[in-house]
Amino acid sequence: MLNQADTHAGYLDPILIRHRHNANDLLQILIAAQDHYGYIHSDAIDHLSGQLGLPRSKIEGVSGFYSFLHLQASGEYRVLFSDNITDRMLGNMDLMQSLCSQLWVEPGKVSEDGLLSINTTSCTGLCDQGPALLVNNIAINRLTQERVNAIGELIRERLPVSAWPAMFFAIEDNIRRRDVLLGSHPKPGSALAALLQQGAAETLQQIKISKLRGRGGAGFSTGSKWELCRDAPGEQHYVVCNADEGEPGTFKDRVLLNSYADRVFEGMTLCARIIGATRGFLYLRGEYRYLLEHLQAVLQHRRQQNLLGDAILGQADFNFDIEIHLGAGAYICGEESALIESLEGKRGTPRNRPPFPVTHGYLNQPTVVNNVETFAATCLICLQGGAWYAGIGTETSSGTKILSVSGDCERPGLYEYPFGVTVSQVLSDCGAKDTQAVQISGPSGVCIAPDEFNRRIAFEDLPTAGAFMVFDRSRDMFEVARNFVHFFKHESCGFCTPCRVGTSLLSNMMDKLSHGHGSPYDFAEIEKLNVLLQSTSHCGLGHSACNPVLDTIARFRPAYDKRLAHKEFVPAFDLDRALSQARQMTGRDDTGAHLERSHE
Amino acid sequence: MSQSNTFTLDGKTIPYSEGQTIIQAAMAAGEYIPHLCFNPEFKPHGSCKLCTVKANGRQTASCTQHPAPDMVVESDTKEINDERRTLLQMLFVEGNHFCPSCEKSGNCQLQATAYQLNMMSPHFDQFFPDRPLDASHPDYLLDFNRCILCSLCVRASRDVDGKNVFALSGRGIKSHLIVNAKSGRLADTNFSGDDKAAHVCPVGVILKKRVGFAIPIGSRSFDEQPISATPHPQGACPVGPRSNAATLPPHPTVKDA
Amino acid sequence: MNAPTKKLRVATTSLAGCFGCHMSFLDIDERLLELVQLVEFDRSPLTDIKHCGPCDIGIIEGGLCNAENVHVLREFRANCKILIAIGACAINGGLPAQRNHLSLSAILEEVYHAQHGLVDGFIPNDPELPLPLDKVHPIHEVVKVDYFIPGCPPSADAIWKVLTDLLAGKEPELGHGLIHYD
Ligand SMILES: Cc1cc2nc3c(=O)[nH]c(=O)nc-3n(C[C@H](O)[C@H](O)[C@H](O)COP(=O)(O)O)c2cc1C
Ligand code: SF4
Ligand code: SF4
Ligand code: SF4
Ligand code: FES
Repeated sequence: MLNQADTHAGYLDPILIRHRHNANDLLQILIAAQDHYGYIHSDAIDHLSGQLGLPRSKIEGVSGFYSFLHLQASGEYRVLFSDNITDRMLGNMDLMQSLCSQLWVEPGKVSEDGLLSINTTSCTGLCDQGPALLVNNIAINRLTQERVNAIGELIRERLPVSAWPAMFFAIEDNIRRRDVLLGSHPKPGSALAALLQQGAAETLQQIKISKLRGRGGAGFSTGSKWELCRDAPGEQHYVVCNADEGEPGTFKDRVLLNSYADRVFEGMTLCARIIGATRGFLYLRGEYRYLLEHLQAVLQHRRQQNLLGDAILGQADFNFDIEIHLGAGAYICGEESALIESLEGKRGTPRNRPPFPVTHGYLNQPTVVNNVETFAATCLICLQGGAWYAGIGTETSSGTKILSVSGDCERPGLYEYPFGVTVSQVLSDCGAKDTQAVQISGPSGVCIAPDEFNRRIAFEDLPTAGAFMVFDRSRDMFEVARNFVHFFKHESCGFCTPCRVGTSLLSNMMDKLSHGHGSPYDFAEIEKLNVLLQSTSHCGLGHSACNPVLDTIARFRPAYDKRLAHKEFVPAFDLDRALSQARQMTGRDDTGAHLERSHE
Repeated sequence: MSQSNTFTLDGKTIPYSEGQTIIQAAMAAGEYIPHLCFNPEFKPHGSCKLCTVKANGRQTASCTQHPAPDMVVESDTKEINDERRTLLQMLFVEGNHFCPSCEKSGNCQLQATAYQLNMMSPHFDQFFPDRPLDASHPDYLLDFNRCILCSLCVRASRDVDGKNVFALSGRGIKSHLIVNAKSGRLADTNFSGDDKAAHVCPVGVILKKRVGFAIPIGSRSFDEQPISATPHPQGACPVGPRSNAATLPPHPTVKDA
Repeated sequence: MNAPTKKLRVATTSLAGCFGCHMSFLDIDERLLELVQLVEFDRSPLTDIKHCGPCDIGIIEGGLCNAENVHVLREFRANCKILIAIGACAINGGLPAQRNHLSLSAILEEVYHAQHGLVDGFIPNDPELPLPLDKVHPIHEVVKVDYFIPGCPPSADAIWKVLTDLLAGKEPELGHGLIHYD
């Protein structure tokens, strides 16, 4: 008779073999294993533990970290509504409620028959075509009531997701403005050929001359990063492309990977040649899993063209290949050291730095981590020269930047501009009217008001990883900030005290204001939390978690004043409601069975 | 040329050697910097942030930060102590810390550090999380209500005992400690009272049964001296090997939860 | 200590507490005589006053477990210039808050209906009785509290120190040995 573990061996062993029983691939193995039942079976963990030589506690600990991994049955259909503020503005909550009532299930719970679960998830990167959802990790865009009704019907009929109408999954690029990057179409391999012609050292020199800075947010000099990595001693060097794109309102990497994947992989290959790497990884956020097949095909095609693999373009000493690793619903894995932990099959907790990845990255070896757009840009530089690139944009921000524009505007989508473009230019190009605010670079960026719309997109003024969310005057900026604060609370990795507890406290305070229990006392508390999180948090997530609140308090004070119903401190909870259980149990409703709101 | 291998801590000159972090050098010089997840026997972790100092004007965790020559480190200042107190208050409201009924009281680093920093109240609203305890093991009890997620037991079990009895799971505010058993119960792991992991918890989570409250109030670790004057508390475990626990008469087994 | 010209008025009460903090207060022993030179008592277990009037200092033992606790606490807050939370229960809910991980309905059900040996049990619904809150709360979650004296109970010395500091117009401070949570 087969014992419990053997029944799991059937589907697990091929996965294990594919990953060469490599414990560093634990996350990838778990993602694949979950496909079988829609969750990771407890007996499956026994088998994996035995085969990988990992303690069960480690496997459970890793599974427990990622939102998209489940240790309990969570339905044959797992529906996750994207819950960015832009989805909210497009009515996602009503649509979710409607699907829930159609299918008789409460948000966050599994239906009684075990058929499905419905919940929310952080921004899925479809803000230009929302509201969006993921069903079994596959994205559906442009939700309408009709579409939601149809989805309810398909689930009731138990039709497999693979058989659902293709139009549901038709994700659009929505490129609205092309500049040097989106507007050029060099032949795959041409940048590599240029590199081989001019030599790795010279190519690096050109990248330094170009003054290219990272597009993932921090803006570190790409040339210096590659040089530091090249010069760092190590048995192996690695190239990692950060395609985690988790910052709400950002979706340019999605389009680059969909329509410019060759360029991205070629940039990684350039880097490999320069730093001397033979292995590279693309860390693809779980929300973009629908791109996986396409990306694998591009990689395969490149191998066939001898642009990847052994002896690239006939150079005997030029061997490099790229693996795609999937994320599983954890924004923090966009932080480069957390990303590396995740690549190593661990919980995505940011490391202590220094040392930095350039010297101690994947498996403690020198590693370059760059954003998708950064790699794509290096191809252009390789082909057209550093000086040409440095001539675009501003003095300290060379080249172009792709903005992901969403929110209240007629033409959401991608806009590529030379650095230095003003916010008002972008607003007029995208057809934004009556704009009240723009959130630049997502919740961890800045929120600006109309008197700042002459400011420029550039590292020296408004640095951005790409998000550009527009809010018109009908929007409540307090609710915008509250949505962002909930995002940070959900995405805090929990490693350090200030962020783990502080994001919950902040979220509770914003809820308290929203419920009409706010007073100046709570303002002072928010200010105090902000100082603490900025100064003591372990990583950028904690440092920026209070930004949305501070920015909106500074600029949209009336949205908060409305909520300051009280001059003096009042409790966060409703005292009268706190008696409701007792009222119900005793059947009382006399005056003594109630507590008025406050004493004031 | 100033090639000094010293930095200053609140104005005092502290020598350091290559590889030492600020807190390690400070401790070696007999100086106290509040800390919880740091234990001199283990590799620094850097998660609780209690050891935050200002190094050349920038806040940083002193347990992971390496000093630089002539670095100016500020630790015992009102600003930093206020921040530390707030971090402690966060830890207190995040869990359920009812010291009067806790066997670790008087020997607890969290509590002693809170005394040291004059924490008079938890300040924030309590989260009152629901964290059932695990009394399955015949000799040890796990009261997760008090876990501050410092990872010391995880590190001790993995790095010293070679067992991986403990691990962290969950994320964010839902982070929690788990044990290495399919049942989720300590009794079904290979945990033993001789493990290092049995003696490193700085708070009252991993507790030996039947020896609680053995040391009278007044003679517990931090009754006589504040934590700042107690050299290297190292998770001072009242029921660890250093205590007289073994000589106590056995009590009837607590009914398994 | 120099006697102030006018005596300070002090009120004390026990909400969801065990009177242990009050007992500890009385433990200041002969210093109580010194204290009555300086203060007079308003509502307190030591007096027969039913409602708290205008006071300089209000001292609250115990957390909030029912509607009456809330009324009394608010009366104190409204009438006392300085409000002090004394003891673990007032400060973090203490022992009564150990019920917080259970639902109140489940508790009432268990206590009045389900428990073995109960026949026709019913949940008391007399309007005279205060209704329990669904959770026990420390008092600072409901009103602003000015000072805290931790301990279960705090020692007489700790209470004495805080009161005398306040009477002397100083910011109260408990040092090593006086600050404890158990
Ligand atoms: C919380 C957090 C999330 C991040 N998310 C991303 C991301 O999704 N994509 C990205 O490229 N960089 C992200 N970063 C920045 C990376 O840590 C890193 O700086 C970047 O990938 C380096 O590439 P670049 O130099 O090309 O910008 C994030 C940083 C933090 C602190
Ligand atoms: S700041 Fe937040 S996300 Fe970053 S390490 Fe700390 S808990 Fe994790
Ligand atoms: S662990 Fe420490 S702080 Fe927590 S209840 Fe026990 S003695 Fe108090
Ligand atoms: S049980 Fe103790 S040692 Fe382990 S993580 Fe929790 S507080 Fe730290
Ligand atoms: S002691 Fe340094 S972070 Fe915990």
